[in-house]
Amino acid sequence: MTSSFFADAGLVLLVLAIGASTIFARKAFDAAVAFVVYGLLLAIAWVRLSAIDVALTEAAIGGGMTGTLLLGAVARLRSAEPDSTRIGLPVRLATGVCCALVAAGLAGALLLLPEAAPTLAPAVRENLVHTGLGNPVAGVLFAYRALDTLLEKVVLLLALLGVWSLAPNNAWNGIPGLRLYERPNSTLTFLAQILPPVGIVVGIYMCWVGANDPGGAFQGGTILAAMWLLVIIARLEGAPSIGQLWLRIGLVLGPAVFLVVGLAGLVLANGFLAYPPDYAKPLIVAIEFALTISIAAVLAMLAAGPPKQVQQQ
Amino acid sequence: MSGANLFGMCGAALAGLGLYGLITNPEPLRKILAFNLLGSGVFLVFGLISRRAAAAGFPGDPVPQAMVITAIVVAFAATALAVALVLRLLEQTGRATLSADNSLREKGNP
Repeated sequence: MTSSFFADAGLVLLVLAIGASTIFARKAFDAAVAFVVYGLLLAIAWVRLSAIDVALTEAAIGGGMTGTLLLGAVARLRSAEPDSTRIGLPVRLATGVCCALVAAGLAGALLLLPEAAPTLAPAVRENLVHTGLGNPVAGVLFAYRALDTLLEKVVLLLALLGVWSLAPNNAWNGIPGLRLYERPNSTLTFLAQILPPVGIVVGIYMCWVGANDPGGAFQGGTILAAMWLLVIIARLEGAPSIGQLWLRIGLVLGPAVFLVVGLAGLVLANGFLAYPPDYAKPLIVAIEFALTISIAAVLAMLAAGPPKQVQQQ
Repeated sequence: MSGANLFGMCGAALAGLGLYGLITNPEPLRKILAFNLLGSGVFLVFGLISRRAAAAGFPGDPVPQAMVITAIVVAFAATALAVALVLRLLEQTGRATLSADNSLREKGNP
């Protein structure tokens, strides 16, 4: 008991130190690298909190995808003029005191929580059998809070629309300008050749196993997106132009299937996003597969950024 | 204090750290990064809430966990949009700063 407490305390100190270094690092590049490490450490913290699904999502999206995005942005911002704005020490001290107060208030609120915590776990346990799923988090995501999950996919699509609409007029329908390296090096090419076959299998497995064990559409989709990005960054395969029909179908496939099943619930079950009792599990697994494809496409395109060059005819 | 409480305190501290970075760092990209730190701190606070509500044979309440998963994905979407905006600002103006004085000075002394 005590040894695990000390391990937790060490982990917390490490997370705080790396977190602080993302704020106080001098160079943006150092901060972005620290953020990737921070994401992975935070994933271990989530494992310690017995939230394996969250840990997988944090490692994949919070650390990996956000890290890729930030590193790509740092590389492109090198050409920017340095910002000469300096904030004076008194202002920084005052801000520091105020932020410490916010943190202390939050910590105090957590320590003073009532002894008996309100919980929805018994309700989930009671109703999980009706979905045929074994993973309670997947059950919550796709049955009891399905509207959240559906709208979250729509938010992803809206964010992608926002990113794409930042393209200059003449680059519309062009190719996303993802460039991390001037010329691909042999290690990167080797990794991009050897990792994707393994990654694709792991991604699909993650999606499949998500019904009963930790995993699911988000985590599987992120791994597939990472594999696609790796191949694009190593320039083994070009990024697709954003006007491609197959790309657009892939992007909306998941939310569309989700919406159709949800609407069918009005007729076949007792409401929007309700599943017919006997077919709940197959329907949820079908939605998860369609969502995995869409999540992979949306995440990869979000990380690749707005289109840059007009496609050559 | 239990191990779960420790992570809750860690989340509170991270939220404070992120808020500090968001306010004091002038570079937009660093602000985005600090905002992500702030967000992950709040998620970790949710982790403690979920762990405390362990019942019915689950190690934690699955409802807050599902909400955190949704939140992480939405935070990524917002980050991607914000980064794209900063890069567009760079393309348009040659600098990536939110400071109003700089652009005024430039207009004043061409």
